[in-house]
Order: sequence, then C-alpha cells, then structure tokens
Amino acid sequence: MPLLENGHIVEDTWQTLTEEDPSPANPAAAVIVPFARYLAEREAWAAHEGPLGLAVKAGEDVEQLTAEDLSRVSLVALDFPKFNDGRAFSSARILRERLGFTGRIRATGEVLRDQLLFMQRCGFDSYLIPRADAEEAWAAALKELSVWYQPTADGRPWITALRTGRWERQEQAAE
Amino acid sequence: MYRYDEFDRTLVLERARQFRNQVARRQSGEITEDQFKPLRLMNGVYLQLHAYMLRINIPYGTLSSRQMRTLAHVARTYDKGYGHFTTRQNIQYNWPTLEEIPEILEVLAEAEMHGIQSSGNCIRNVTADQYGGVVAEEVEDPRVWSELVRQWSTLHPEFSFLPRKFKIAVTGSPSDRAAVKVHDIGLRAHKNAEGKIGFEIIVGGGLGRTPYIGKTIAEFMPAEHLLSYLEAILRVYNRYGRRDNKYKARIKILVDDIGIEEYRRQADEEWESLKDGALTVPQEEVERIRAYFAPPAYETLPARDSGYEAKLFEDAEFRAWAKVAITAHRQPGYAIVDISLKPIGGIPGDASADQMDALADLADEYSLSELRVAHEQNLVLPNVRQSDLYALWQKLKAHDLATANIGLISDVIACPGMDYCALATARSIPVAQRLSKHFASLEKQHDIGRLHVNISGCINACAHHHVGHIGILGVDKRGEEFYQITIGGRADEFAKLGDRVGPAVSYDRVIDAIDVIVNTYLKLRQPGEKFIATVERLGIGPFKEAFAEENLDAAA
Ligand code: SF4
Repeated sequence: MPLLENGHIVEDTWQTLTEEDPSPANPAAAVIVPFARYLAEREAWAAHEGPLGLAVKAGEDVEQLTAEDLSRVSLVALDFPKFNDGRAFSSARILRERLGFTGRIRATGEVLRDQLLFMQRCGFDSYLIPRADAEEAWAAALKELSVWYQPTADGRPWITALRTGRWERQEQAAE
Repeated sequence: MYRYDEFDRTLVLERARQFRNQVARRQSGEITEDQFKPLRLMNGVYLQLHAYMLRINIPYGTLSSRQMRTLAHVARTYDKGYGHFTTRQNIQYNWPTLEEIPEILEVLAEAEMHGIQSSGNCIRNVTADQYGGVVAEEVEDPRVWSELVRQWSTLHPEFSFLPRKFKIAVTGSPSDRAAVKVHDIGLRAHKNAEGKIGFEIIVGGGLGRTPYIGKTIAEFMPAEHLLSYLEAILRVYNRYGRRDNKYKARIKILVDDIGIEEYRRQADEEWESLKDGALTVPQEEVERIRAYFAPPAYETLPARDSGYEAKLFEDAEFRAWAKVAITAHRQPGYAIVDISLKPIGGIPGDASADQMDALADLADEYSLSELRVAHEQNLVLPNVRQSDLYALWQKLKAHDLATANIGLISDVIACPGMDYCALATARSIPVAQRLSKHFASLEKQHDIGRLHVNISGCINACAHHHVGHIGILGVDKRGEEFYQITIGGRADEFAKLGDRVGPAVSYDRVIDAIDVIVNTYLKLRQPGEKFIATVERLGIGPFKEAFAEENLDAAA
C-alpha cells in the first residue's frame, strides 16, 4: 500500500515483522515489531542497531512504553482495524501529549481520506493509504477545514486561543 | 442569544462544502455506501424506511425568530411542508433528497444552524433545560455552558469515532427539565458555599434496551475544569467502551461493568495530564459567551398584571390554558409560555411550515424574537409580558397552537415508530393519536392532572418510555404489534425507571389498558394528589390487580 508522508507518496523503507518472523539478519535494518512481541523481548531489541518501530493494535495501551523505550523507538504504527474504530486517535494523542513522543506516528489498517484531518490533529504524520486515492485528493482533504475548537499537540491554533489572544501571546513567547 | 463569530461561521460553511464533496464522491461511486454512511450520519443524514431523513440541531433548544423562519422555509421548499421536533431538541425533515441536502445545509449555515453530529457514534447535539436564563428558580444559566460544550465537542478530532453515540445534557435549576440522569453525561450546574460555579457530573445514564440511572462521578467540578474533565471521561470511554456488540457499547455498560469508583479512578488518572492544560476554560471566554445571553431589554413591570388576572377570572377557556401553559419568569411581569405541538389527534411534535412562520411572527411580536424547543416535543415563547398573554393566546388558537394540554395525558411524547423508522417493531404515532382522541375532553384531562405518557416503537426507547409516568413500548409478538406498559417512571431530579404493570397488550387494547390505569388512579388518589405521587404512595400493586382483573392481554 502507498505511504503518504509530508503530503507525498514516498517509498516505505520499513520492514514489518509478524509475531513469528525471525529477527532481521541485518542489525541495521529498519523494522516494525509487533507491540506485544517488543514488550516480551525488550532486552533483545535494545541491542538492535537500526531504526526501530512498533506496531500497536487498537486495544493495546501505549502507556506501557517507558521513556527508555521511547528513546529507542522512532516510529509507532497505530492500527485502525475498521475505519470506525476510533481508539487509535486516543493512542496517538497519549503518545504525543502525555509521553512526549516525537518520532513518526503511522496510521495503518482502514485509513480513509475523510479521517485524515482528525488523524493529523491527533498527532499522526504518516499514513498507509488505499491505492485508489490520488495524492492531490489527499492533499485537498487536509485543507477541507481550517478552524478547530480543540487544542491538540499538532500545534494548530484553536478557536478559543485565537479569540482570547492567547495564541498570539504563545507565538510571541516562542519566538 | 449566541451568535456565530467568524470562526463558528467558517467552520459550519466549510463543513457544508466538505459534505457536498462527499455526496459527489458517493454519487460517482468513488466511495461505497458503507464508507459514506458514517460521513452522512455525522452530518445528520439518515436513511429511513421511505427516504432520507435530515436531522438538524437546535443546540440547547434555543431558536431566534429568524432561525424559525429558515426552518419553515426548508420545510416548505425541501419537505412536504412539515418539520418534526424530536425529544432531543432537533428538528427532522422526512423527505429531502440526497442531492438537495448539501444545499439545505448551506441555507441552514446562513442562519447559524447545522446537522453536524446529530447522528453517528460521536458526541450529539448538547441539550439543556428549555427554560435556561428565564425561569425563576434558576441557579446558573445552562446555555452558557452548553454552548461551551457544543464548541468543544464539535468535530472533536479524538472523539468522532466513539464506540457508540454520546449524549450530553445540561441543567442549572433545582427542577430537572433536561433529564440529566438518563444521559451518557448529565451536567448540573450549582454553586458551592463560596458562590463559585461548578458541576455535578453524572455519567452512565441512559435508556434503550438496558436502562440505567446515571451515577455521580464528580459532585462539584469547578467550572474552569469542565472541559478537561469531560475530555478525560470521554478518553476512558473511547479506549475501553465495548466495540464488539453495539447493544453493549454505550458508556452506561462500561460504568456498570467496572463500577463508578473504578471509572472515576481511571478518569482522574487521565485527568492528571489534562488538568490545568490548554483546555482550562478561560474566564474571558465564559464572559464572552455569557454576554450573548445577557437578559434582553425587559421593561420594568409590576409583578402581577391586573388585566391578565381579570382575563383569567373572566374566561374559563383561557384560564385552563394558562394553568398548564405558563411558568413563572424570573423577570417581574413576564411569563414563560409553553406551546403544545400535540393537538388532539395530531402527530406529536409535528409543525407545519405555516405554523413555524406564525410562531416566528409571534416571537417577534411578543417574545423578544426568541423561541425554545422542549424535549417534550413542544415549543416555548420564553419572554412574554403578562399583559400580552390574552392576545397571544387568541392568536395561537387561530393557528391551532393553543391546546391546553401541556403536561397532561394527551401531551404524549412519541417516537416516529413504524410510520417512518426503519428500526421500529410497532407503530407509535397512531397509538398517541388514539390516546389523545380518547382523552379529548380537556375537562377530563385537567381532572386527571399532570401525567406524562411516553410511547416508543421499539426497545431503542427514543421516546424515553422507561421514564414516562406511563410508558408504552411497542414489541413484536408472533408478528403482531403488542405494547408493554410501565408506570411510575420519571425523568426529573427524582429520576426513576417505571415498573411493568402486566403482560403486553395488543394494539387494539392499549387504550383500554391506559383507561384501567387512569381509573385506578382516580379511584385511589387523595385530594390534590398527582398520578406519580399516588403510584409512589401505593406502589404498583393496586394497578397490577386492576390490570389483571380486566384480562387485558386477552384478545379484544
Ligand atoms: S424507539 Fe425505535 S421505533 Fe422509535 S424512533 Fe427509536 S428506533 Fe425508531
């Protein structure tokens, strides 16, 4: 499936392992490991030299990851088993806002263009999308709504902050 | 009243445009009906038995005369000249075409209305006490906080694909007219000893096939923390609410499964990281919203108008209407007027385009251009001078809007049932109509006194039959419509579920069954005792006996 990042279809350099797959022969390979497997084999994966990613299922709790785990991990793939299963939205926000994760958060599973904005707002920045959809259509989807009432970690201004001038103050403080 | 600023307006217009695009993609076959379904639902578009239905939010039941005219225009242009007011402060149109809906949404957006999240598994239209800001007994104006919650919940990025629908209701009065104990979340604004505003937060109430009265998760949540705490409650639900069985997916099931203490622990834990963050409600934003709800330009009037009192004395018909339709206003010399959408034999909650226009005119003339929608499927003129009541009543009569049955047995709450709804197992509208005709005599109705009847066409309980003083539920028995009858339910601050009074009865015997219940009450009541008080004093026993004696479950 095509991978969408920064508005473009890019090559997926990651190899996704299953529960059973042997550990990669090349210690420098970029691999995505099932979350449960990682938790069971933490020590072994600590020695992995290449980029490490985790594949988290909808029912799994990302807060099991420690700061040490997160310093090792550069991608978390959150699964949408069905488009209307919204648990991964919460997982993404917890990763970004509570655990302070700064690596990539990838949406996998049934990813629809009409959810792209919600995903982005919750902290996703990488999307495995169905083949049929063109790049421009996905880019357009991101522009369908320009105003939001909710503050999230994607850093967009939210309406209350704009109304009360809090947003400008925050921007100035950051400069 | 709240008015959109540039941000609110932009959001609603962009949303309408987005939906236009989604409809086009559906029509070109780019997306499947399955994929389109949640998109249309989140904009209020249902597929009913005969056609698409469009459900429009009337947030916390507040409408301007201008908005009412827009609703009339939509009814006339895109429907068959009617609109249907629901138990959730929505209006439904039963006959628009899918092609026309984007256009309707744009027309509504111009009038600051929309159908966003009026269905689907997301946070639905926030409902509130229909007397917000005007009723004498009020502690805090629920509209201010409802608007805040409306904004927070609109297109929430995290909570748009919840396990199931999610309903929030708000009250700020000791008498609960918003049914906060039977909502997914109920908010009751009150003040602490220091006079600070906070909320009792009640979670896990709900009706449907497993009814529950909600439980208190926080006794007093300071107002500035309201949104961050709601976010914590919703996050726990989004993550752990059941998704494997839609009948067990509401928050009430999760609260019941893990217990309120555990739910509170989890929410508090989640709240740790949210508290005092960006969702803390800025005082200036509260004040900005509150300014929209500042009392309108009332005149200084004597507390009691002598002309009005004279008319009450002279005209018995007016007196009977005033007795049930008028509620005490906080402003001296003014009254709150309930308008019955339950003419004898009519369809509960239906209003014609002409009636809507007439009401808009009457609101301009007599109610400072404001109207309200009550969850009892009635309308309200909230700001009427006592001295205008008689003239208003005469004009209402001319539009068949002055039935003197507010709160009485023919003021039935009924869902669309088999006549429209694809999920129905039985008819409910015709039952309501027959009941209302049977008790057509207003004299008789006034003698019976306050009595709420709720009729649902299936177990989903859209008409809240569990909390009706008399609840009627349509069930299917060997392919025939039968009705289960409960009594003793109530939706107010003493919320309670009704008990079954006997076996289900056939369509032909429902009215007989109600008669038996009413007659038993009339026989056993003490002077001045209301139906619900008699049931509570005597229990269900005498009613059960009377029911059994009549053999009501036998064929007619
Ligand atoms: S109670 Fe049942 S029949 Fe009535 S509107 Fe709801 S789903 Fe339809």
